[in-house]
Amino acid sequence: MVVKMVSLTIDGRAVAVPAGTLVVDAAKKAGIDIPVFCYHPKLDPVGMCRQCLVEIGRPLIDRATNQFILDADGKPKISFGPKLETACTTPVSEGMVVVTDSDKVVAARKDVLEFILTSHPLDCPICDKGGECPLQNLTMRYGPPVSRFLFDEKMHLAKHVPLGELIYLDRERCIQCGRCVRFQSELVDDPVIGFSQRGRALQIVTFSNPGFDSIWSGNTTDICPVGALTTADFRFGARPWEMNASASICNHCAVGCNLTYNVRREAKAGGKTVIKRVMPRQNEMVNEIWLCDKGRLAYHYMESDQRLEQPLVRKGGELVPAGWDEALNLVTEKLRSAGNRMVMLVGGRLSNEDLFNLGELTEAQGGQKLLYSYMGGGDLVSRFAPPKGSNLGELGAGSVVLVVACDLHQEAPLWWLRLKQAVKRGAKLIVASARPTRLDKFATHVVRYAYGEETRTVAAFLPVNVAGAPQVIQSAAKTLTEAEDLIVIYGSDGLYLEESTALARTCAELLLKTNHTGKVNSGLLAAWQNGNLQGGWELGFRTVPDLAERLEKAALVWVAAADPAGDDPALAKAVRRTGFLVVQELFLTETARMADVVFPVLVNAEREGSYTSGERRVQRFYPALPPKGIVPEARPDFAIPALVGEKLGIELEDHSAALVMEHIAAKFAAFAGINYQRLAEVAEQWPPVGGSDLYYGGTSYLNRQGLGVTLSDVLQGESLLNPAPIQTTQRQKPSADALPVYPIQLLYDRGTTILPSALLHERLVQPAVWVHPTTAAEHKLQSKARLIYEGEAVEVAVLLSEQTPPKVALLPRSVGLLGYWLEA
Amino acid sequence: MKEHILLRHRDIPDLHRLEVYQKHGGFETFRRAVTTLKPEEVLNEVKASGLRGRGGAGFPTGVKWSFLPNNLWPHYVVANADESEPGTFKDREILESNPYQFLEGLMLASYAVQANLSYVYLRGEFWQIARHLDACIAELEAAGLLGEHLFGTDYSLRIYTHLGAGAYICGEETALLESLEGKLGQPRLRPPFPAVYGLFGKPTVINNVETLANVPPIVERGASWYRTYGTEKSPGVKIFCLSGCVNHPGNYELPLGTTFRELIFEYGGGVPAGRKVKAIMAAGASSSLIAADENALDTPMDYESVQEKLGAPLGSASVIVIDDSVNIAWLVSKTIEFFKHESCGKCTPCREGTFWMNRIAQRIEHGKSAPEDVQLLEAVASQIQNKCLCALGEFSIMAVLSGIQKFRTDFEAKVNG
Ligand SMILES: Cc1cc2nc3c(=O)[nH]c(=O)nc-3n(C[C@H](O)[C@H](O)[C@H](O)COP(=O)(O)O)c2cc1C
Ligand code: SF4
Ligand code: SF4
Ligand code: SF4
Ligand code: FES
Repeated sequence: MVVKMVSLTIDGRAVAVPAGTLVVDAAKKAGIDIPVFCYHPKLDPVGMCRQCLVEIGRPLIDRATNQFILDADGKPKISFGPKLETACTTPVSEGMVVVTDSDKVVAARKDVLEFILTSHPLDCPICDKGGECPLQNLTMRYGPPVSRFLFDEKMHLAKHVPLGELIYLDRERCIQCGRCVRFQSELVDDPVIGFSQRGRALQIVTFSNPGFDSIWSGNTTDICPVGALTTADFRFGARPWEMNASASICNHCAVGCNLTYNVRREAKAGGKTVIKRVMPRQNEMVNEIWLCDKGRLAYHYMESDQRLEQPLVRKGGELVPAGWDEALNLVTEKLRSAGNRMVMLVGGRLSNEDLFNLGELTEAQGGQKLLYSYMGGGDLVSRFAPPKGSNLGELGAGSVVLVVACDLHQEAPLWWLRLKQAVKRGAKLIVASARPTRLDKFATHVVRYAYGEETRTVAAFLPVNVAGAPQVIQSAAKTLTEAEDLIVIYGSDGLYLEESTALARTCAELLLKTNHTGKVNSGLLAAWQNGNLQGGWELGFRTVPDLAERLEKAALVWVAAADPAGDDPALAKAVRRTGFLVVQELFLTETARMADVVFPVLVNAEREGSYTSGERRVQRFYPALPPKGIVPEARPDFAIPALVGEKLGIELEDHSAALVMEHIAAKFAAFAGINYQRLAEVAEQWPPVGGSDLYYGGTSYLNRQGLGVTLSDVLQGESLLNPAPIQTTQRQKPSADALPVYPIQLLYDRGTTILPSALLHERLVQPAVWVHPTTAAEHKLQSKARLIYEGEAVEVAVLLSEQTPPKVALLPRSVGLLGYWLEA
Repeated sequence: MKEHILLRHRDIPDLHRLEVYQKHGGFETFRRAVTTLKPEEVLNEVKASGLRGRGGAGFPTGVKWSFLPNNLWPHYVVANADESEPGTFKDREILESNPYQFLEGLMLASYAVQANLSYVYLRGEFWQIARHLDACIAELEAAGLLGEHLFGTDYSLRIYTHLGAGAYICGEETALLESLEGKLGQPRLRPPFPAVYGLFGKPTVINNVETLANVPPIVERGASWYRTYGTEKSPGVKIFCLSGCVNHPGNYELPLGTTFRELIFEYGGGVPAGRKVKAIMAAGASSSLIAADENALDTPMDYESVQEKLGAPLGSASVIVIDDSVNIAWLVSKTIEFFKHESCGKCTPCREGTFWMNRIAQRIEHGKSAPEDVQLLEAVASQIQNKCLCALGEFSIMAVLSGIQKFRTDFEAKVNG
């Protein structure tokens, strides 16, 4: 697509920008600041605050010839209107002359600021935004030094209005810019807040129950240009300038949002350094300038007093505290005798460096490298993922995205947001799911199937199968076959491991058969439940269908960052029977309780490392808290296998994560060339945020610590699809009336890294199965029912939900329940 | 005038009844238009008549209709029956007493732009009128004058009424559209204009009730007949709403170009004995105050003359007469109070400026001000000027600036006790 460029002059400077650019953005790109409050570069302009008024002149055009009328010097004659115009709503035009520094403009800015301040409480000294406040900064720069408004005539309004339990509104501070309202309706499609009343009484209200019911609410506090919106998490917590900022990566889902921990030493915490808040860090290729509320608020597990503090060793049937040496020696000895009858089971919370060292130790033993995940197919993602240079933020006309078996809004929120925006830019979306999701509304095709039909549904899109398929499938198949680029995202809605693995294979086959491999913005993505499951696949860990059997048979099982016993009674049984159990963990999980040796580990804020996102982007996180901070005895996960390795004569890096990355790059082709310096590289991004630009893009942090690097392709050829199609297990129905149970993934689950964040408790999913009211009646289900798993039954609460398809029961994951069947 | 064109009910009893309206030729024009005229023929007749919008802005009606693009459908017509300008009560009389002429005008407009769905947006206080209009619409449907395939043609039309919830700003056409869509009544950013992006994002014509009531006689009798009234640039008749300090306030249907003197003294019976006309507000509360000297009284009331000779817009021609018993500072504090109360709050200068002006005006009004307050009031008003998102904010300072400039002594009298 050729973009037409438009030339104009701003304050005497010649500027060329693409047609359609707004004057305010054109000026910003030329380094000229025009103050704004209501305008935000990610939102449609509204021209409400009138802060951006400038003089705009346009060349006079001779109607007869359609040419510019020239003056004596041969320059176009410029005509200025009688009024100033809003730079935020006016698109550039050829030959336009913009003046942002005339007396008239300077006076107008002062006037509008004086107006805004007439009803502003000016309580900067106690305001959370003080120090990073656009109103404060713009007033210093453009405002009048004194106000002529009598202070006693100010209007006083409520200062602590909860818009729900997460976000508070200070009505006095609100300047009615509407950014929050527009963010919620335009950008994230949760129009749960709005304006009510009029004039000076105009106020933000929430319409939802619970209040401000949106998983995006925290972002409004970043773009609010004053301290009117604050999170319950941070309000009155600290002043911005007292805190240090440290770059990190969210590991709650596959997106890998870039974030910043703001920390400070605190008397309240006995002089320790603590995390005060989580802020987004700009990465326009990943999370832009946003975070979901889970990423923003579910960090309190790091500071939980339930954290494991020292190694534990089982003595006389009890786990008792022990020294590191004792624990390491014991494990070393057991490893020696276990030999290759050793299983390493790792979770997706670990960093690449952790996974590498744990993997190396396992390989040296000749053991099995197993990945703990409900989803399979990461080996296919390695081969089929959209290659380097791909960016969901660039999808538009010609792009097609197929989302299968995935409640993306819940499973990978930022991907949902970016796809929704891609649709706005002209991309087409095909949604195949068993139940309605928040993506349906943006889809060109919605294909509904019954749970269990996921793989068959995708197979129907394949060119060889499409003839004779139902109309919607034929039409969707045509759309995706003809797409310039095609991205296929699969999730875990209703899928167990085997089904998920089979689905991934068919999705990959679809990409292959429709010629959408090896192309930028085409490929396969998986909405993993953790931040680094893809890293596990890349580093050679694999899921297995017979995990319980393998755990049971092993002489030694080593579990890192996973709680199989807590999640699954069958695995609990297996773990209990295993020869010797080593666990490295943050908490005393169910699995840890059964262990023979438990090692305490550090959270990511206490150490360095990197994750591989679902898009195969390797991103670094940095230590935010000083060493020996929260848990002085704990070690980074990668150090533990290295310390054991040392005793076994296996050389592994135990100290520097950067060095581990060099070993990874040397061994794994996809990582070739990656090192910590490259991961730290940055580039200029649009829109500008933070620092002196926070009035523009908001308080999202500027990315100075690295945009990350996408792994190299390891493509090609039909052989990519090996191994052969996966068989799935048929499960025996326990009784004629039993309902099949399908697992679903929700954002606010009850996992170990979420529960310690008390603020989110009201929003967490309840441990219950969901059944459609009609189905419940047909199957005589009361408020409680029997959930059956591997022949055993537990009592479970039944929640009636209209959104659940008939003849099935849905069970949210990570609520401490598991089952295949439901009976009255 | 011998014969009324808009307020015909004053000549014909019971004109608000369908059979009476029909007996006097009612809906024949609509039937003739739908069955024998092309939509553009209706449009061209209205264009040729030079009819200008009676809602305040005076924009040529036919030209407005012709802006609707023919590649975007559906089209809508919305009748603006919000009539909220203080001192304006003409639409109400039409709606109450001559509703069918208004409806026929709305129907002709709808046919001209090929709208199949049209709305009447009424201020909330007009709920009784709305009920009455609903009954009229039901009768028209029963009589086959509204509905599907009218007169056996392909043309169908339905009309619905909608009540506002008590906001002056909802008379502004884009705020009206927002309100009609069920949203908070705040003006939209323009462009795009309603002719392209109107109701539900579709091309829309918005016309005042009085404007539409002019349409049936124009289509019936022709543009050249209509142009025998009024002036070259402001043709036709206008209902002048006369109120304030006059002996006979009321609606007066007169040709555009009638002078203030004629209206106030000949028709309105002059001011109470012993008083003198001091000032005139020609456009309700949104007026720039006119100092009522001889020159002003002799100015013809058409869109050009009032603006050019007196520097004040004619607006909706809601003529409020102020006599010499009135202190202008008091009057101005009333208009400010009104605009402060009605500011929608969307844009800063109007929201904050009217609030601030109100504080100052109250101080002046109650004798609690310092002498600088008059200058401050003037400064704040000028500071609002030309910065607002919609015309309400600009209206809010008209009486303030003109009042201080022309009647400064009234303010000084208040300030000095
Ligand atoms: C603040 C404000 C209030 C208005 N109120 C009314 C009103 O009550 N009735 C009306 O017909 N027009 C009103 N208008 C004018 C409308 O915006 C619009 O110009 C008019 O309805 C167009 O119809 P016309 O062309 O037939 O005059 C108002 C305008 C503004 C700025
Ligand atoms: S709360 Fe903040 S973002 Fe929302 S309207 Fe008020 S000032 Fe703007
Ligand atoms: S979208 Fe995913 S990665 Fe981003 S903040 Fe939320 S949970 Fe974390
Ligand atoms: S000028 Fe007043 S009424 Fe108009 S948009 Fe601004 S605040 Fe609202
Ligand atoms: S009006 Fe342009 S930034 Fe608010």
